[in-house]
Amino acid sequence: MASVTFDHVTKAFGEVIAVNDLSLEIKDKEFLVLVGPSGCGKTTALRCLAGLEDITSGTISIGDRVVNDIAPKDRDIAMVFQSYALYPHMTVYDNMAFGLKLRKVPKAEIDQKVREAAGLLGIEALLNRKPKQLSGGQRQRVAVGRAIVRNPQVFLMDEPLSNLDAKLRVQARTEISRLHKRLETTFIYVTHDQMEAMTMGDRIAVMKDGILQQLDTPQHLYDKPANKFVAGFIGSPAMNFFDVTLVGEDGELAVDSGTFKLRVPPQYRQVLANHAGKEVVMGLRPEDIHDKEFMPPLSFSARLKANVDVTELMGNEVFVYLMSGENSFVARVDPRSRAKAGMEMECVANMENMHIFDKQTEVAIV
Amino acid sequence: MSKKLKGVLRQIAIQLFLLLVTAMVLFPILWVVSLALDPRDIDKPLELRLIPPGASLQSFRKVLFEPFNLLCRDPSNPATCMKFGGLLRNSLLVALGTSLLAVVLGSTAAYAFSRFRFIGRQAGMLFFIVMIMLPTTGLLAPLYVLLSQIRIGSEPLRASLFGLVVAYSSGFLPFAIWNLKGYFDTVPKELEEAALIDGASVTGTFVKIILPLSVPALAVTVLNSFMTGWTEFILAWTFLDNPSRFTLAMALRSMQGQFATPWSEFAAMSILMSLPIVILFFLLQRYIVSGLTIGGVKG
Ligand SMILES: Nc1ncnc2c1ncn2[C@@H]1O[C@H](COP(=O)(O)OP(=O)(O)O)[C@@H](O)[C@H]1O
Ligand SMILES: [Mg+2]
Repeated sequence: MASVTFDHVTKAFGEVIAVNDLSLEIKDKEFLVLVGPSGCGKTTALRCLAGLEDITSGTISIGDRVVNDIAPKDRDIAMVFQSYALYPHMTVYDNMAFGLKLRKVPKAEIDQKVREAAGLLGIEALLNRKPKQLSGGQRQRVAVGRAIVRNPQVFLMDEPLSNLDAKLRVQARTEISRLHKRLETTFIYVTHDQMEAMTMGDRIAVMKDGILQQLDTPQHLYDKPANKFVAGFIGSPAMNFFDVTLVGEDGELAVDSGTFKLRVPPQYRQVLANHAGKEVVMGLRPEDIHDKEFMPPLSFSARLKANVDVTELMGNEVFVYLMSGENSFVARVDPRSRAKAGMEMECVANMENMHIFDKQTEVAIV
Repeated sequence: MSKKLKGVLRQIAIQLFLLLVTAMVLFPILWVVSLALDPRDIDKPLELRLIPPGASLQSFRKVLFEPFNLLCRDPSNPATCMKFGGLLRNSLLVALGTSLLAVVLGSTAAYAFSRFRFIGRQAGMLFFIVMIMLPTTGLLAPLYVLLSQIRIGSEPLRASLFGLVVAYSSGFLPFAIWNLKGYFDTVPKELEEAALIDGASVTGTFVKIILPLSVPALAVTVLNSFMTGWTEFILAWTFLDNPSRFTLAMALRSMQGQFATPWSEFAAMSILMSLPIVILFFLLQRYIVSGLTIGGVKG
């Protein structure tokens, strides 16, 4: 059990800066998810922590020990690789026992630990098989088993579920969460899948181009994204963005897209007042746009009309793809909605949940 | 119907062709067997009979138990002449020594070329290709001079079996390094990284991960280097002075006389010499084939 600290860590491969000035504190026993699009430096950050890459600058600590110059085997960590990296010439048992044998753990203790871990993961029956005789889901469990037998202070997992099919992935997701609760150890989990991040993480660190964008709880990340990138990355379907101008009108404030004009709720007026007259980006999540006929009670809403492009019935809801002038957006509405492609729909936006981003810096204003 | 007939004719043609190829491959072997059994010392069979008239194992007996009277320290004293047993011992020492040196030096060097980045890596690999192209006999003169400089006691290294082993493996190593490096390159780096995290040292990952996964390439190295040491005679003739160190390949060469060759014994000796290689091949075969199925990280 230990905390992990990245202090201004940078890792460059020649010209490419894979991790750029990353500062991150991971608490003891926390489940931290590192999420971001492919190539944003998640794997590199994890490999730096594991000691598989030398960092260009900064310090990494595990507990209160700086590990910059400590060999991977002495960092007291375990890692599950994206490819699992099971030793092909060893049985499942030997794969799991390998690390313990190298550490000269007595044979009886190795046996007990391997069997205990195998029992926990439901792979007792596979102990004598070679990796190539296992299915994808079984390999993933063996890889996790190999990590847990050693009782490390920190678990590192690099997209351990990305090779599984969708159904298995959901199941494995809950299993890993349960494992974390049971082991009470620090987990650092890398994924490009925001859904995995949202469902598994105590806190989530969102990265882009090697730079940490935001570190927060899932709920906070969803409700208060720090910038346009985080807002668009977290949530599915993604947040809608509208190019609008903030306009002052008889003491009130509104956003004007050219084709529609929406009033801004009073609580945001003060912050936005000094941006009046400026072009900004407004964000609205699909679930905050309703069909007027089936709208829930809202304390502050605004109406707009838009043309229906396509509708997708999902069973318990309908995704309506809409067009208004230059802006196209998605609404997640009541399944009873009568919206049809080609017709005009009257929508109601829940403006209390709106987001406003600076057009240049893309930083959230509200 | 005619389509089916065409198919049948096609098959017959293919089968006939393959039979012809098989016959061409097998004929020289049968010829040698026939000659070895023939007591008449003829240089080619006179009829198409595998077992010649008056066939006997006489020549095998002679090769195995009688001294080779051209390989003697004192030509006037038959007791100082080499026999099959002594020659076999020398050949095995040279062939196994060459194998061992080729595998140990080849695999460690190949690992460095495969995994480490150092100045001269590319140039080194190119240089090895040049070395592979060079026939070993081309190195005869420089090797002779070099190995004569090094002395063990009063003797030059050149005149010893170990000197021969050094010469053979230096000729074989460029190929071994290329071959092994190519194989090591296909072993995923992540396997080694996993082992490093599990607690292995760099040497540990090499011994416990890379080597076991490279058994097919190692088997090829063992087989080829053994054959090099087993069959070579030109360097051996030039380097060795003392007949007590002579090898089977040298004895076989010595049987081909300027005026007469004892063809039956020559054939019998050839067959005996091929046996260890055949045995080694059968022993290693399953490892060489398993290389095709050992697979990567995923499935
Ligand atoms: N060994 C390497 N050599 C050069 N560039 C690398 C290396 N590893 C990663 N990169 C680069 O660093 C960036 C981040 O890669 P990575 O950490 O693998 O991203 P992610 O895991 O988020 O998909 C990418 O641009 C990638 O091309
Ligand atoms: Mg990655």
